[in-house]
Amino acid sequence: MARSAPTAAARVADPIFDVAGVTLRFGGVTSLADVTLQMGRGEILAIIGPNGAGKTSLFNCLTGVYRPQTGSITFRATRTELPVTLLGRKTHQINHLGIARTFQNIRLFPALTVLENVKVGLEARHGVGPISAMLGLPNARHAERESTRRGIELLRFVGLADQANTIASALSYGAQRRLEIARALGTGPAVLLLDEPAAGTNPVEKRELADLIRQINRDLRVSVLLIEHDMRLVMSVATRVIVLNFGQLIAAGTPEQIQRNPAVIEAYLGTGGQAEDGRNPGTDAGGGGGWR
Amino acid sequence: MTFAAGGGSVGRRDAWYHKPDVRRLGASLGVGLVLALVTGKDGRSGHFGSGIAAALGGVRVPSFLAVGLALWGVATGINRYGDEMRRALAPATAARKRVTGNATFRTTSLLVMLVVAIGIPPMLSSFWQGVLVEQVGIFMLLAVGLNVVVGWAGLLDLGYIAFYAIGAYTTAYFTGTLPVQPPIVLNPFLCFPLAVLACLLAGVLLGAPTLRLRGDYLAIVTLGFGEIVRIVANNSDGITNGSRGATNIPHFSIHLLGINYDWTLNSLPYWYLIMVVLAVVVLLFFRLEHSRIGRAWAAVREDEVAAQASGVATVKIKLLAFAIGASTSGLAGVIYASKIGFISPDNFLLILSISVLAYVVFGGMGSLFGVMVGAALLTWLPQFLRDYVPATDRNLYIGAILVLMMIFRPAGLLPARRRRTELSLHDIPEAETVAVPAPGSMGGSI
Ligand SMILES: Nc1ncnc2c1ncn2[C@@H]1O[C@H](COP(=O)(O)OP(=O)(O)O)[C@@H](O)[C@H]1O
Ligand SMILES: [Mg+2]
Repeated sequence: MARSAPTAAARVADPIFDVAGVTLRFGGVTSLADVTLQMGRGEILAIIGPNGAGKTSLFNCLTGVYRPQTGSITFRATRTELPVTLLGRKTHQINHLGIARTFQNIRLFPALTVLENVKVGLEARHGVGPISAMLGLPNARHAERESTRRGIELLRFVGLADQANTIASALSYGAQRRLEIARALGTGPAVLLLDEPAAGTNPVEKRELADLIRQINRDLRVSVLLIEHDMRLVMSVATRVIVLNFGQLIAAGTPEQIQRNPAVIEAYLGTGGQAEDGRNPGTDAGGGGGWR
Repeated sequence: MTFAAGGGSVGRRDAWYHKPDVRRLGASLGVGLVLALVTGKDGRSGHFGSGIAAALGGVRVPSFLAVGLALWGVATGINRYGDEMRRALAPATAARKRVTGNATFRTTSLLVMLVVAIGIPPMLSSFWQGVLVEQVGIFMLLAVGLNVVVGWAGLLDLGYIAFYAIGAYTTAYFTGTLPVQPPIVLNPFLCFPLAVLACLLAGVLLGAPTLRLRGDYLAIVTLGFGEIVRIVANNSDGITNGSRGATNIPHFSIHLLGINYDWTLNSLPYWYLIMVVLAVVVLLFFRLEHSRIGRAWAAVREDEVAAQASGVATVKIKLLAFAIGASTSGLAGVIYASKIGFISPDNFLLILSISVLAYVVFGGMGSLFGVMVGAALLTWLPQFLRDYVPATDRNLYIGAILVLMMIFRPAGLLPARRRRTELSLHDIPEAETVAVPAPGSMGGSI
């Protein structure tokens, strides 16, 4: 298949992700076709592309939910570590390596409180075993206090501290999205994968989200890989953008370059899509292949 | 038993017969009608249809229907006007919360329960003391253990009684009452840790290969396991003494630091023993529920994919639930074997696994207190009904109670806080997005 974008495979200096020749098929459907890309440490890298382009599939390959038929994916949590391959690892092991994610269709633990949701993420790597927990040994109590403290801290960071004891399912849509981010951050990631975090949120929430993403990147020093349809958001936060279309990577570059790229314009204008926000997402139906 | 629920689900979701209240009315009248026809003198007679023929004339059908209607009326009223009532009662509720939420109140109520548990049983007849031990106590312990597996981790285990059997047979073995002799003969007390160990092992052996399976598959595999354990016990004549079982399993006894006490056929001391074991187990489990592990269980139950993505080692955490549940079952097996002194494969039938599951669901999955109350009520009830309804009708009434509970209070008698939000009487709107899981993937639209 023709590589229409030589810039796509541009080498970055200190890659955190190195994806090479990844192909993922479901029966006759090819979700990812020979995708090669690198993500640099510290980047806010946005992935854009029409519905069904394979963006979420890429996330699922990166987190071990799907296993691509061909290709390789390696990850380097810190500059000093050696790259490790992600293929064949279980989702929770990949999380322990330092990769956290959110989901396009929010997946919280609805019956747990907001704080408990975050604590699940915080505690997954704890060594507190069942015996210490049952006997209430000092190490278990200490870990419990510590995760409550960290949990509240994270909730404050995303602006949900005042709802710590609310049941998660009672939160507003935008708040649920932020809670998912807090839970992911709780696992102490080097890179955060956000799958359409602005979907279903209002313009005010979108601006807050942009700030939050920048803070996560700048203050927490977490690299961010962002799938998003809201072009204003993408252009304002992303340091680099890559474009998928029908499972192929068709372009990569700075937001300005992408906006001028003829292949991208064709991919979108060709399908009559529109790039503005204010649509009501959360419904996959309708919108014949354009931006959502 | 959803009589009014069947048929015509195409496009007419808002038709009158789809309204939850109407469906519940239909179900509750249906239960009443069936009960009227199949119970009583005529329902029992060998001739098919005699129940129906007799019912046409008598007062049975109208009176059973009336009870069904009344139940529905009360439940619907509470459902519909409950919020308003709660609002009206808000000051009272707040006051009550202040009292019930307060630590001294909780300590006091615990003390009251303790006094009841210690003080009342001596006043009962020896029959009821026996029921307390062999039914109420043992099954409360079993329900508390199964609650870990089903209520907290959300795994459907239909072979739970197998671990009870393993606990009981471990006791038989180490007290030297099986054809095969142990290296040393032990007091039943020392069988507790050994039974726990054996059940942990069996739980892990069964769980490790099967906990990757989801829902129904796991249920089938555990069901098979339960039957296998029973049949092996039945057929291994040389080891388990086959269908004749183990006899003369000794009672508990303490000979320690100058204390000498022997349990006997008398039920009362066994009741106190069970209460001590149960209290310890409940205390440990209470801590577990509110720990990292309890939260991880809830996470796995609510959304396995999200739990994995949040770093929870889901297979390991499920295995832990399985093993802990199994060992609790083993504890109950030790007490039972020693109390009765005689065990055979017939003590470990599939129906017991199902009964314990019913107690857990009835009491309120996930609620420690709820499942104990559920087990206590449902083991007490058949014995109580013994004096009032014929033996053949007893299970029908109990079945009806279970069905009604699921119609009107699907989360159980005393639902767990975490579960209450999952299942409420208000019908949950159906999800819009339907995803087709990929072969080999975790399913769901991720
Ligand atoms: N589990 C799956 N089973 C079958 N097809 C899938 C599965 N996941 C994704 N696909 C297909 O892969 C393609 C890309 O989907 P996806 O990655 O969700 O796109 P995007 O996130 O860019 O909208 C779609 O055609 C979709 O139908
Ligand atoms: Mg997607």
